[in-house]
Amino acid sequence: MVTEVTSVQYKNAKCFHIIFSRGVFSVTFSPMTMPALEILGLEKAYLVGFWRKRPKRALSPLHLTVEEGEIFGFLGPNGAGKTTTLKLLMGLVFPSSGSARILGREWTDPQVKAQVGFLPEQPYFYDHLTAHELLNYYGQLSGVPGNERARRVETTLQRVGLPDVQGVQLRKFSKGMLQRVGIAQAILHDPKLVFLDEPMSGLDPMGRREVRDLMEQLKHEGKTVFFSTHILSDAEALCDRVAIIHKGELRGVGAVEDLVSSVQGKVEIIWQGTQIPTSMKALGAECHVIGDTVRAVLAENQQDLAIDTLRRERLRLIAITPVRTSLEEYFVEKLQPAETSVGSTA
Amino acid sequence: MRARIVHIASNTFREAVRDRVLYNLIAFALLLSGAAILVGQISIDIERLVVINLGLTAVSLFGVVIAIFIGIGLVSKEIERRTLYTVLSRPVRRWEFIVGKFFGLAATLVVNTFFMAIGVFAALLYVSHKFARPDALILVALYFIILQFLIICALALLFSSFSSPLLSAVFASSLFVIGSFAEDLRGFAGMAHGLTRWLASAAAYLVPNFSAFNVITSIAHEQPVAGQLVLHNTLYALFYAAMALSGAVLIFEHRDLK
Repeated sequence: MVTEVTSVQYKNAKCFHIIFSRGVFSVTFSPMTMPALEILGLEKAYLVGFWRKRPKRALSPLHLTVEEGEIFGFLGPNGAGKTTTLKLLMGLVFPSSGSARILGREWTDPQVKAQVGFLPEQPYFYDHLTAHELLNYYGQLSGVPGNERARRVETTLQRVGLPDVQGVQLRKFSKGMLQRVGIAQAILHDPKLVFLDEPMSGLDPMGRREVRDLMEQLKHEGKTVFFSTHILSDAEALCDRVAIIHKGELRGVGAVEDLVSSVQGKVEIIWQGTQIPTSMKALGAECHVIGDTVRAVLAENQQDLAIDTLRRERLRLIAITPVRTSLEEYFVEKLQPAETSVGSTA
Repeated sequence: MRARIVHIASNTFREAVRDRVLYNLIAFALLLSGAAILVGQISIDIERLVVINLGLTAVSLFGVVIAIFIGIGLVSKEIERRTLYTVLSRPVRRWEFIVGKFFGLAATLVVNTFFMAIGVFAALLYVSHKFARPDALILVALYFIILQFLIICALALLFSSFSSPLLSAVFASSLFVIGSFAEDLRGFAGMAHGLTRWLASAAAYLVPNFSAFNVITSIAHEQPVAGQLVLHNTLYALFYAAMALSGAVLIFEHRDLK
């Protein structure tokens, strides 16, 4: 028989103690972490041909979840369907089927967009405006209060590295400067989720570095960043997780750490000299002489035998390292035709 | 909602001003001052009539050209340049965008007409040396011209929402010309028989009846304008513009922005 029920709040969780006459039963309710983005089978086929009867598929049903606070890379070669996906999420094109939820709400809900920032690919803005006027206009449309707008515009422009552009119309901006304005307008209204379509495009190495830093800052502020790119080094450096899309189909998704660390069951052994013992070849090692060292790659279970061989031949061992897959290798593997591809899709 | 429409409208107005659209006023001023001086020298007793006719016709034509050539690019240019992407990715509904654009263009034309009207009155003062009571009727003609502009703006937006700028210009200009002869088209429909009568009547009532808005000649001859016509034209223009705008919204609401 229940005699008393008490509750204790700890951080986000609430713990209920149900006290029975014979003991205590505790139940803890933790709030469900809400994904920032859930793509539920979004699909897009454009109708082509003179009578617009022939469907041309741009995106196969896509299922994807992006958790709050992560930097998510959407990778794929040009024409893979990255921009189509972003346009669908922004309501710029309409899906043939499927739906999505952004920050827990239907993606078609206009209020969702107040909490979302979007940088289109190769953005183009009203070139009769100055950067300040443009951001002020976008601030108005996003509902940024008037008394806060001027300050917000100024700090955002400084944040993207455009502090001294007062009075200059956008038609006089370089491509890189326009890209920075694009990023500024995407984060101006302090959105919780930022979609960036090829954000490094048109930027010089310094600019790319700054944008990377900015994306990391956004993550530290608790924001979710979803960005598309075909530059794998950017994704590898920044992303918590990536998805790979090709020809409109999702080919793989996972944490970058897992993807780049997946051991292939092989080790790399490097020793001093140019001598390759015959018994090493018998172990099935692929050997290459590089300068005054030899690099051999062989199966992991042959590792001890290989070391014994080197000892026997009195060769100086320099390094033994497991062979790991780079993101590029993983990417290339996922771009192979489906029938030859190994691995899972989520 | 209202605030967003106002922001879009004021940006459209600012764009038109900065794209030097109002420079047409210089051409208009030169035309009118030249005409006033010329008319003052060669006309006897009909200076007023000539200046009003010429001035108001110029106001109408300049405005129509601006309405068509800005209106046809309002949506298609934004799609082509992808400036629309960063607007519609905000809490802006598509219909708000269309309505905002409409009001922005309408405001541009009203301001343009205001300055041209000043030019007309200045030229009139130059040739007549004073204003007479019937000159107030010019304001009615200007009001009708603005009503015409509203219809043309809405039509240009309608065509712009699904067609290329070139085709939109052709459609909108053709409708303006046909609409200017709408009364003749209705007369022709009345004389025709059978299917031709039915088709001609349908066409006559479908195209905007701009001939009802043209009171320039009667005003130049100091003939008053019936209050009923003012009311009829006001309601007709608002209804027609609303219908065309609704069509634009309906099309644009379902359009993929590739």
